[in-house]
Amino acid sequence: MAIPVLDVDNLVVSFGTREGELTAVNGVTFQVHAGEVLGLVGESGSGKSVTGLAVMGLIDAPGRIASGSIKLLGEELVGRSERELRAIRGKRIAMIFQDPMTTLNPVLRIDTQMIEAIRAHESVSEKAARDRARQALAQVGIPSPEERLNAYPHQFSGGMRQRVAIATALLNRPAVLVADEPTTALDVTIQAQILAEVQTLAADHGTAMVWITHDLSVVAGLADRIAVMYSGRIVETGPVEGVLDAPIHPYTNGLIGSVPSRNRRGVPLAQIPGMAPSLARVPPGCPFNPRCARATATCRADMPGPTLYEGDRMARCHHPVPAPESAAA
Amino acid sequence: MLVYLIRRLSQSLLVVAVMATLVFLAVYAVGNPVDILANPDADQQERAAITARLGLDRPLYEQFGVFIWNALHGDLGRSFVYNAPAVDVILERLPATMELALVGLVFSILIGIPLGVLAGLKPESWFGRTIMSGSILGFSLPNFWIGLMLILLFAVELKLLPASGRGPTASVLGFKTAMFTWEGLKHLILPAVTLALYKAALVVRVAQAGTREVMLQDYIRFARAKGLSPLRIVGVHVLKNMMIPVVTVLGLELGSMIAFAVVTESVFAYPGMGKLLIDSINRLDRPIIVAYLMMTVVIFVVINLVVDLLYAAIDPRVRLSDAKG
Repeated sequence: MAIPVLDVDNLVVSFGTREGELTAVNGVTFQVHAGEVLGLVGESGSGKSVTGLAVMGLIDAPGRIASGSIKLLGEELVGRSERELRAIRGKRIAMIFQDPMTTLNPVLRIDTQMIEAIRAHESVSEKAARDRARQALAQVGIPSPEERLNAYPHQFSGGMRQRVAIATALLNRPAVLVADEPTTALDVTIQAQILAEVQTLAADHGTAMVWITHDLSVVAGLADRIAVMYSGRIVETGPVEGVLDAPIHPYTNGLIGSVPSRNRRGVPLAQIPGMAPSLARVPPGCPFNPRCARATATCRADMPGPTLYEGDRMARCHHPVPAPESAAA
Repeated sequence: MLVYLIRRLSQSLLVVAVMATLVFLAVYAVGNPVDILANPDADQQERAAITARLGLDRPLYEQFGVFIWNALHGDLGRSFVYNAPAVDVILERLPATMELALVGLVFSILIGIPLGVLAGLKPESWFGRTIMSGSILGFSLPNFWIGLMLILLFAVELKLLPASGRGPTASVLGFKTAMFTWEGLKHLILPAVTLALYKAALVVRVAQAGTREVMLQDYIRFARAKGLSPLRIVGVHVLKNMMIPVVTVLGLELGSMIAFAVVTESVFAYPGMGKLLIDSINRLDRPIIVAYLMMTVVIFVVINLVVDLLYAAIDPRVRLSDAKG
């Protein structure tokens, strides 16, 4: 098998605070291959965004990558100088963010913001860069791109701004695109359009994508593989159909149960009781145990290690959810 | 844009009219100029003659009517003391004060913005903290004291710069100015620094706060994710956003620098408008005081208009065409 485009191994990110060292990402491991989409799913505070920023090398003090490795096409990124990382950022790994209303600089024109992204990495003429920017806008479905280049961000709708951000991120044909909930702030119809476009673009360019979201329905339509994060750890990972159809970890099961579905009309939604633990008060043992219906004394004492399951899957649980009865019958 | 301008100008006219009334009534209440102008030995008849000559014997509403009528014709009265049109007397002093204010403005920008941005980028560092504590000094030290200390140090001890007055002027583009001669600049440095120190401290604080706020924005993170150099991020992305509050403050402060350089001008015996105002108040030279205050109002109105236009240049969201607001 070819080496993965992005190979994250046992990544630990911690933040030095007054309450001591808090671990936001605790031993995260995943690989993404060319043209593959990894859905990184979890609640707020599960460490998914921090993982994305760590891949970009954008963890600011007081945070730091405490240990682990991030490899881009076999090349180690952890421990590189800021200057070396800057040459990689935007060129080989790009990122888009959650809120399209705030990711574009309000006082700079679109062309300025796109051209600078090209010229930061290549010495091309202003005109050539502008041509590329125009093509990129056309590619993400922005009508009359030449005129739109001269516009300011406030003249665009939210969906259009996110398209501009995506076009900007893809200008340099990065090998990896980290997308941090880019469609969360958008209407469902716009969300669907953008997802479809991103999917096509990624497939065309062979871009490896890490799609960070809390929305399982987005992942179901977009991702090839899924990694569910809880309290800084990946608790379950595997191909998207397998995980969504027959979750192994009770947390994954709970997440799926919380999504409203037309197949279960009239039935109260299953909830996961309680809230994700604060980083300063992670319970001992499995961090999910206070909210888990299946938890036992073992769960309160020991953190379960990764267990491999059939179908290229992994989960960390002492008491995995049994395969659904309906599937067995 | 045109609609906006017209609307702004008509608002400004209203401000000027209200101000004219207030100023005239206030100055009328200050005291009787004849007491000061007339020779102490003057008898009742001479005093009455002076009062009649100055038009002070007529009732208040009539004086006010004459004042407004003349003001509409561009005449703000004749100085009692200089016996020349008040506007001319003031305009004669205007270039000196404008010079002082402009050089002061340049100083406060050159000192304030770089220090403020640096302090905003590293607010927790000893460097950032030192700048911010230093700016408190800049605020709280009294203007006249700074002026005196600068004179002591640079004029008396080091003998580098002149202690007072204005340098020789040269004619540039029809204006008599001391800004372009070396001797003139030397005379400007100390009073301009004195005037600029407080403003620079203000700019430092506004720039620091602005920079801190802008640095947290998503578009800065996105700019970093594009792989831009720190120089480009700070120099373009941060600076242009951070300048919006700074321009507001600088605009207001430029007005006050022109209009209220009184203390600094007195300390440095600088022949500007501020010193003229103080002298005129002492002599109850009503037309000068009124004309001076009227001009101050006009200067503020103009500066505010310019600031609004500058906003539009910096911030595309404030393009002035939509005059509905």
